[in-house]
Amino acid sequence: MWDYTDKVKDHFFNPQNVGEVENPDGIGEVGSLACGDALKLTFKLDENGKIADAKFKTFGCASAIASSSVLTEIIKGMTIEEAANVTNKDIADYLGGLPEQKMHCSVMGREALEAAIENYQGGGTKKHELEGDIVCTCFGVTCKEIEKVIKENDLTTVEQVTNYCKAGGGCGGCQGEIEKIIEKIQGEKIKETAAPAPRKAGKLTNIQKIQLIQDTINEQIRPALRAHGGNIELIDVEGNKVIVAFRGMCAQCTLAEYTMKDLVEARLKEFVAPELFVEEDAESSEQPHEHKG
Amino acid sequence: MKTIYFDNNATTKVAEEVVEEIRPLFCELYGNPSSMHTFGGQIGSRIRRAREQVAALLNCDPAEIIFTSCGTESDNAAIKGALAARPNKRKVIITRVEHPAVLTVCRDLENHGYAVIELAVDKFGRLDLAELEEQLDEDTALVSIMYANNETGTLFPIDKIAEMVTGKGVTLHTDAVQAVGKIPLDLSKTSIDLLSISGHKLHAPKGVGVLYVRKGTRLSPFMLGGHQEGGKRAGTENVAGIVALGKACELAAANIEIENNRVKALRDKLEDAILKSCPDCRINGDKENRLPNTSNISFEYIEGEAILLMLDQFGICASSGSACTSGSLEPSHVLRAMGVPFTAAHGSIRFSLSRYNTEDEVDFTIEQMPQIVNKLRDLSPFVPK
Repeated sequence: MWDYTDKVKDHFFNPQNVGEVENPDGIGEVGSLACGDALKLTFKLDENGKIADAKFKTFGCASAIASSSVLTEIIKGMTIEEAANVTNKDIADYLGGLPEQKMHCSVMGREALEAAIENYQGGGTKKHELEGDIVCTCFGVTCKEIEKVIKENDLTTVEQVTNYCKAGGGCGGCQGEIEKIIEKIQGEKIKETAAPAPRKAGKLTNIQKIQLIQDTINEQIRPALRAHGGNIELIDVEGNKVIVAFRGMCAQCTLAEYTMKDLVEARLKEFVAPELFVEEDAESSEQPHEHKG
Repeated sequence: MKTIYFDNNATTKVAEEVVEEIRPLFCELYGNPSSMHTFGGQIGSRIRRAREQVAALLNCDPAEIIFTSCGTESDNAAIKGALAARPNKRKVIITRVEHPAVLTVCRDLENHGYAVIELAVDKFGRLDLAELEEQLDEDTALVSIMYANNETGTLFPIDKIAEMVTGKGVTLHTDAVQAVGKIPLDLSKTSIDLLSISGHKLHAPKGVGVLYVRKGTRLSPFMLGGHQEGGKRAGTENVAGIVALGKACELAAANIEIENNRVKALRDKLEDAILKSCPDCRINGDKENRLPNTSNISFEYIEGEAILLMLDQFGICASSGSACTSGSLEPSHVLRAMGVPFTAAHGSIRFSLSRYNTEDEVDFTIEQMPQIVNKLRDLSPFVPK
C-alpha cells in the first residue's frame, strides 16, 4: 500500500484539466504503454505569452495522474521562460511529497513540459527526441536524462536514480554505468558516503580468480542475459581462458547485436583481469540455440 | 464502509471455528508438547490430531506431514533438502511462472553451480509437457512445478507430470499453496514427492505451513536443533498455528464440494458481467483448467494501481500484476512469461474469492466496475478515438 498524501489522492480522484487543448501552441508526449506510464500535455498561450490553458491525458498509476494534474495547475499563468524552470521537485512539493519509488512520476511531468516547450519553440512541428546515448535499454533512458535527475535532485545512489527515472530498474545491466555517471557528477561527495569501491583484482590466486570470475558472471552478466531470455554457465577456467556456455538466447533482443562472447569478455576484463579472454564451450556452441521470443 | 474482500489468493480470513479451536492454547493450555509432565504432554495429542486432519484433506499418511512456518519455508526446505540428498546431480527444472519462493531460490542455485531450466508457458499459461520430457535426463535432481498459479489460477497437470517423472531418479516438488483447500487433491493416487502448503491461504492464521514428504523421499533436514517433526524441522512447535491449520483443513475438506460450486458460480458471474460491461478486456489464464475462485482480467489502456485505488474507495479489495503496485518497474513475471502484451499486463486485476463472499458483494462490484474503467479511460491518451 502506497503512502500517498491527501493532495495526491485529491488530484487522483478529482484530476484537474483533463483532456486536450484545442489548437494547442505546444504538445509534449512522453512515456509509453510498455514503460507503464505515459503523459500527453497540451497548452495554449494568451496574447501576453502566458500559458492560458493546459490539459493532460495520462496513462499510469495514481501518482502519475496526480503529478500530471498538478503540473497543469502549476504552469497556468506562467510565461514560457517561467515554465521552463519548473522542476520535478516543484511537482512533488506541490503534492506534499511522493513516495521515493514514485518520484519518476514527477520527473515524467517535467519531461512532458520540456517536450511541449520544445515543440512550441520549434513552431509546433518538432517532436520530442531523446538526447544523448541510451544507457538503460529496458526503459530507454539516456545519459542526459540521468545526469539531469542526479543534478536536480542531488542523487547519490543507483537506487535513487532508478526511483527518479526508472533507469536500472529492468534487467539491471546498466547499473554499473549509472554508478559511473553518479561518480562523475557528484565526485567527492559520494566518495565519503557511497559503498566502498569495487574490489581491486590485484594479484589473485587461481582459486580467487575463478571465484571472482564466477561472481562477476553471477552479478554483472547473468542478470542482463536473464532479462533477455538467455543464460550463461561457467564451464572452466584454463589460465586466462574462460570457457562458458550460453543457453536459450533470445534472437530478437537488443543484446543480439553484440556477440555474447564479446560482452562477457568485456565485463570479465573490466572486473577481474585485463588479460582474460573468453571461449564458448564446444559442446554448447554446436547445439542450436533456442530462440524463444 | 463495508469491506468486500476479493483478494483471497493473497491471504484469507481466519475461520471463526479455527479461532475457537485455538483460543484455549494461549493462556490455559500453553505447555510445551515436548515436556514430560501431563500439562505439556497433553498438547502433543492436539498436534497429532492436526496432523491427521491435514493428512485427511490430502489423503496421505499423517507421518508424511511436516509443519513449517509458512509456504516459503516449505518451498525452501523442499528444494534445498531434495538437492542436498542428491549431491551428485546438478540440474533443476522449474517453470517461468513459479512463485518467487521457488523462482528466487532456484535462480540463486545457478550461482552455486546448478543448471536451472525454466519451462516456458503459452499464452494461456499452459506448459508444453514435451519440453519437460526433453529436459528430463540423468543429471536432473529435482522438478519443482506449481500446482496452481497464484496470479491467473491456471492449473498445471501435476498428476501427469508425476507420471512422467516417476522412475527417473528425480524428486518432484509442487508448490500447492494456492490449490490446497480450493480443489480436491488425492495424494494416494499420485507420486508427488514433496508438496508445500501455506496455512493463511485456507483460513488458518499466518505463520504456519506444511511440507508433505512422501514416505521414502530423500530429504535432508532443513532446520537443525531438537527432535521436533521427526528431526526434519527442529524448533518448538507453533502449537496454535498447527492446531489452527488442522482445523482449517478439516473445514476445507467439509466445504470443498459445495463451496467450490458456489464460489465458482460467483467468480463466473463477476467475470462474465465485467467482460460484458467493459469493452477491451481479456481474461489471463487457462479458462479450461483454472482454480474456481480466481479471475485475472486485463483492462486495456489503463493502469492497475489506479484501478485498485478506485476499487478501494468502494471498499473492494483486489490485486494487480501492474508494475506500480509492487514498487518494481516491470509488470508481473507471470503475465510476461505468457506473452501478455505490456499494455494488458499493466492493466491487469486479479479477483480471488472465497466461501465467505456473497452474491451481493459480486453484484455491487459488477455495478461499480464500468464507471471506474470509464473514468480512467477518459484520462488515458491511448484510448482510440
